[in-house]
Amino acid sequence: MQHYGCRQPLNSKEEENPPTCMERSPTQLCCRLARDVTGISKMPAVSKGDGMRGLAVFISDIRNCKSKEAEVKRINKELANIRSKFKGDKALDGYSKKKYVCKLLFIFLLGHDIDFGHMEAVNLLSSNKYTEKQIGYLFISVLVNSNSDLISLINNGIKNDLASRNPTFMNLALHCIANVGSREMAEAFASQIPSILVAGDTMDSVKQSAALCLLRLNRTSPDLVPMGEWTARVVHLLNDQHLGVVTAAASLITTLAQKSPEDFKTSISLAVARLSRIVTSASIDLQDYTYYFVAAPWLSVKLLRLLQCYPPPEDAALRSRLTECLETILNKAQEPPKSKKVQHSNAKNAVLFEAIALIIHHDSEPTLLVRACNQLGQFLQHRETNLRYLALESMCTLASSEFSHEAVKTHIDTVINALKTERDVSVRQRAVDLLYAMCDRSNAKQIVAEMLSYLENADYSIREEMVLKVAILAEKYAVDYTWYVDTILNLIRIAGDYVSEEVWYRVIQIVINQDDVQGYAAKTVFEALQAPACHENLVKVGGYILGEFGNLIAGDSRSSPLVQFNLLHSKFHLCSVPTRALLLSAYIKFINLFPEVKATIQDVLRSDSQLRNADVELQQRAIEYLRLSCIASTDILATVLEEMPPFPERESSILAKLKKKKGPGNLPDIDDTRWNVNGSAEHSEDTESTNKVTPHHPFTDLLNLNSTPSAGASLLVDVLSDISTPAPITVSEDNFSRFVCKNNGVIYEDQLLQIGLKAEYRQNLGRIYVFYGNKTSTQFLSFSSSVTSSDTLKTHILSTAVDPTVDGGAQLQQVVNIECLSDFTDAPVLDIQFRYGGTLQKIAVKLPVMLNKFFQPTEMTSQDFFQRWKQLGVPQQEVQTIFKAQHPMDTDVTNAKILGFGVALLIGVDPNPANFVGAGVIHTKNTQVGCLLRLEPNTQAQMYRLTLRTSRESVSQRLCDLLSDQF
Amino acid sequence: MIGGLFIYNHKGEVLISRVYRDDIGRNAVDAFRVNVIHARQQVRSPVTNIARTSFFHVKRSNIWLAAVTKQNVNAAMVFEFLYKMCDVMTAYFGKISEENIKNNFVLIYELLDEILDFGYPQNSETGALKTFITQQGIKGQTKEEQSQITSQVTGQIGWRREGIKYRRNELFLDVLESVNLLMSPQGQVLSAHVSGRVVMKSYLSGMPECKFGMNDKIVIDKQGKGAASDDAGKSSGKQSIAIDDCTFHQCVRLSKFDSERSISFIPPDGEYELMRYRTTKDIILPFRVIPLVREVGRTKLEVKVVIKSNFKPSLLAQKIEVRIPTPLNTSGVQVICMKGKAKYKASENAIVWKIKRMAGMKESQISAEIELLPTNDKKKWARPPISMNFEVPFAPSGLKVRYLKVFESKLNYSDHDVIKWVRYIGRSGIYETRC
Repeated sequence: MQHYGCRQPLNSKEEENPPTCMERSPTQLCCRLARDVTGISKMPAVSKGDGMRGLAVFISDIRNCKSKEAEVKRINKELANIRSKFKGDKALDGYSKKKYVCKLLFIFLLGHDIDFGHMEAVNLLSSNKYTEKQIGYLFISVLVNSNSDLISLINNGIKNDLASRNPTFMNLALHCIANVGSREMAEAFASQIPSILVAGDTMDSVKQSAALCLLRLNRTSPDLVPMGEWTARVVHLLNDQHLGVVTAAASLITTLAQKSPEDFKTSISLAVARLSRIVTSASIDLQDYTYYFVAAPWLSVKLLRLLQCYPPPEDAALRSRLTECLETILNKAQEPPKSKKVQHSNAKNAVLFEAIALIIHHDSEPTLLVRACNQLGQFLQHRETNLRYLALESMCTLASSEFSHEAVKTHIDTVINALKTERDVSVRQRAVDLLYAMCDRSNAKQIVAEMLSYLENADYSIREEMVLKVAILAEKYAVDYTWYVDTILNLIRIAGDYVSEEVWYRVIQIVINQDDVQGYAAKTVFEALQAPACHENLVKVGGYILGEFGNLIAGDSRSSPLVQFNLLHSKFHLCSVPTRALLLSAYIKFINLFPEVKATIQDVLRSDSQLRNADVELQQRAIEYLRLSCIASTDILATVLEEMPPFPERESSILAKLKKKKGPGNLPDIDDTRWNVNGSAEHSEDTESTNKVTPHHPFTDLLNLNSTPSAGASLLVDVLSDISTPAPITVSEDNFSRFVCKNNGVIYEDQLLQIGLKAEYRQNLGRIYVFYGNKTSTQFLSFSSSVTSSDTLKTHILSTAVDPTVDGGAQLQQVVNIECLSDFTDAPVLDIQFRYGGTLQKIAVKLPVMLNKFFQPTEMTSQDFFQRWKQLGVPQQEVQTIFKAQHPMDTDVTNAKILGFGVALLIGVDPNPANFVGAGVIHTKNTQVGCLLRLEPNTQAQMYRLTLRTSRESVSQRLCDLLSDQF
Repeated sequence: MIGGLFIYNHKGEVLISRVYRDDIGRNAVDAFRVNVIHARQQVRSPVTNIARTSFFHVKRSNIWLAAVTKQNVNAAMVFEFLYKMCDVMTAYFGKISEENIKNNFVLIYELLDEILDFGYPQNSETGALKTFITQQGIKGQTKEEQSQITSQVTGQIGWRREGIKYRRNELFLDVLESVNLLMSPQGQVLSAHVSGRVVMKSYLSGMPECKFGMNDKIVIDKQGKGAASDDAGKSSGKQSIAIDDCTFHQCVRLSKFDSERSISFIPPDGEYELMRYRTTKDIILPFRVIPLVREVGRTKLEVKVVIKSNFKPSLLAQKIEVRIPTPLNTSGVQVICMKGKAKYKASENAIVWKIKRMAGMKESQISAEIELLPTNDKKKWARPPISMNFEVPFAPSGLKVRYLKVFESKLNYSDHDVIKWVRYIGRSGIYETRC
């Protein structure tokens, strides 16, 4: 992407330097090969006389081919020629070998398969001539795949070259290792390269290559690179005389430091020292490493990135020195440019942005942060698109720092202006992100208004994201609900297609829960619906709200019941089926609210288009509502169609926050715990690509419906769940074992509360009705309950009727749905808390959900039973216990218990009639586990022997534990 | 309806560009070049859709002809037109090559104006076109001649003008067939068919009415029934052939063919293709190829191929060429053959064996030793089939011309006065034997 233009020269410089070139694309190679041959090569070792004429002729032949077919013919001819030469009857000299291998390489790069010549290439490795060796290595790194049987020969050649002490040969070998970079290469050489790297007598160029080679191996197979005493010495390469070595080493150390920061802590001081030397040096000091008047920009960037792996240095001197460096870099940005060339500004800005990234990462120096922010502010109006983009992106992260948030906010007008005038979509997108990041209570109204107005002509690709952002900001910083309702309705009007379900659900929830806004909402939606073309989402909201609160505006003759109904019904036919269903419900609510329109609505319901609608849901609703309106008395109607109860507060953490803000006592400002757009935690992990647009989806959890707080993005901090971190309380499981063989009963009882259970199970699903009985005469306040379970068991509370208050002597019912995913041992725990007489009571009860509850009894004949019994003959599948009877040994009681356990009792199967035999299948979502059991009583000894065989070891054990306690 | 027609050279440079409808812009020219001619992957489909524009192309040697349209046209019609266009160009200036097209671009534009009107194909009969589009420049035409042309072009018999006179009334009939075969190594025919053409060159005066007869099974059977003679049916059974399908030149009266299955027509002047047909039964296979491939170890391959000619000894087959594919890792080939010349062509990965002439009921053989270079590629050689080319002086389908009668009532010559020549040529199409 063009915005990363700034970074481009950094990487391309690496490729200009032959020793550091690690990766090359085939086309580049192809060109280079052709260039080498035609004599324009810059490689010093290729003298003019050494050019391969045959290859040059071949390449020019190929280039002169008129058609693809002619090219293929020429290549086939050449391949046949090379094959006949490689046949092996006569030895080839190094020159011709090199020439033919080169031709093969060229043919390969043109896209043809090459399946021979590898041997010849390997032979070239042992040549003493640079060009021959080079071509050999080139062929190997391009063509030899790792599982080739030649790999040992190649490794041998590389080994020889590494040991040769000839720097050119060593470099070639190191490049080959890095270019191939396979596991095999790493296995063979990963231990040898570090020693080359830190050896005192190694040439600079070899050190450079060795560092980069090690970096590559570390990336491809990090487990094979041994850490050892060399790591300490590698750090000192940062002090090397040769800047090339320092650059290569900086890359290596950064990668290694990310893996094990502790080992490389010493690099901080060295990096800072080196950085300060570079920054303070005059531009001529560094000679080759000055790039368009910028001193060693690549090295500076790498050092800054290395420092981003660590927190700010603790040593004060070091810290001040680093701060000085960063200040100098910021100062230099203010200086007039020394050159008009784009390379100069690119290099300068690259260093600057990396420095800002470091400042943000440290997040400790307010002055620096503010300066960085101001510097970025200047870039916001720069004519370079890339700079504007990067400035906005960096500002997003700056906005999340407490020191610079205010400074960022001063640029709000510029950013809004950018949003309006910017031509580049991606820059506008960044601007939106920044606006979102800098929003707080003081500027929320302005920002939301700006975003809404921009939404009208925003790009389609970012609309959905913007809609969510607006919705979140509107809710988060809503001062009064009328503003919120207005904003969301506007949002639906402007970008209805992009408004997801959650957004309009949310409006309705809020309107229903807030009495003071209901009338206003009804009025507003009524007005909004007047528009000739409304979005379907608006119709949904309108239908719902008018159905609930239409009576609040019915007093006005302009919005009389009939007018309201006609307005809604005028939209009916343009809507999809779900919306129509919603509207039908709204109509029946109208019948309740306004008896005077009953006849009209009944006519509508009675019409064929409703009663005989092709859609079953619509038909059913129409028929049911029609009958309901005809038969039921007004009292019943009023009860059935009562106003929706407020939505439970638990479901939205945002709401809780909103309420607190409205409350008189100003709570500590929660929203100052700022969310991160590009969080700094992410930042340090991702130093390799700070330019990468970090994807963030904090919005999916807008409603926070599933009660887990959104992970990762800490956008919607779940306030409630913070409060309710459960203090360790003992879990009551007194009556637990009584429920093994039965489903109903009292599970918990104390002087305040009695909890009764009634459970039903079908296959892998279960439903438990929990009855809470208040034994006292006073109210329980803020009563709430939740169920926690292991992940093999899915529980879901249908908390339809959990009222926050339970009157004295009253009973409360709650339904818990359970789904068994796979076999489990731990039963779910029901947590209950309530206030009784001012003190918070917490009770935890283990819900009697055991594995055997998911049994389906299976009837089978004696023959079948024993056949299966034998099939489950593996020792692990069988569990047997012998235990003493705790209860009188009554056959009928035992029979009832076994039936209650869930299995089918098989009579007449066992040769001994006194024995009990049962069979069943446990249904879980993932598997079904067949189970056979046999209980042999010994009345004389008052003992039982219980044998269980199931297809799963863990199941057998668990069932045995459960059942053996029962007799 | 064709919106435009472009001709490109192999580099994708436009040689001829003629736009017939406004919906085709200049960018269509580039779109085809970029997406088809210069496509990274070779485009194999002759129809390409780019941005709701359809491109139909045919390739003649290095020249691309592309018809462009935005409408939903009959693709078969477009291709028929493109082939006809190639025929017309060949008739005017010989081989279609870049140089010929550049040298004759004025003529081509003139032709394009004539044979397509607003994208609708018009008269593309070479004979008729040659009367008013000439390469010699404009001859001084009298008013009479001009009106004649008009009446001819717009008249009922658009392919022939009136008042043609020859001293000698002559006609030449060529039956050209190409025989396609795929045979298993054991000599089992896997698929075989013959596609043939009857090409006629007529130099006849006036407006003659012709009637063409051949040994079509349906006609012979009908006649046999009419004669109600059993042995006539039997004897003709051998002689007659079953034609699977056929198409005719526009001059043939199709209604008559449908009702009586007789082929009667007023022929155009000069050369034209009277009919095309296809047969799949009772094909005489002129050659039998018997391959023998033996792998000797990993580095050697022995190939022996015998060809047998299977027709009358008095006939001579010509231009025989047998192409024996060699493995991709061939490093050397030794060939011994009794007859003709054989050579290993590395550029085509094949041994090519050429024999100039071969009489019927003869056989000849070639043996070759192929040396292989061991490779680290474990893939086995796919053994492509051995293909063959030849030309024989008979029709492999067994088609015979029974008569061609000429009636011209107005002028004073009769069927007997016309000199008629018939020639049969059988060529190989895709004639392959697996080995």
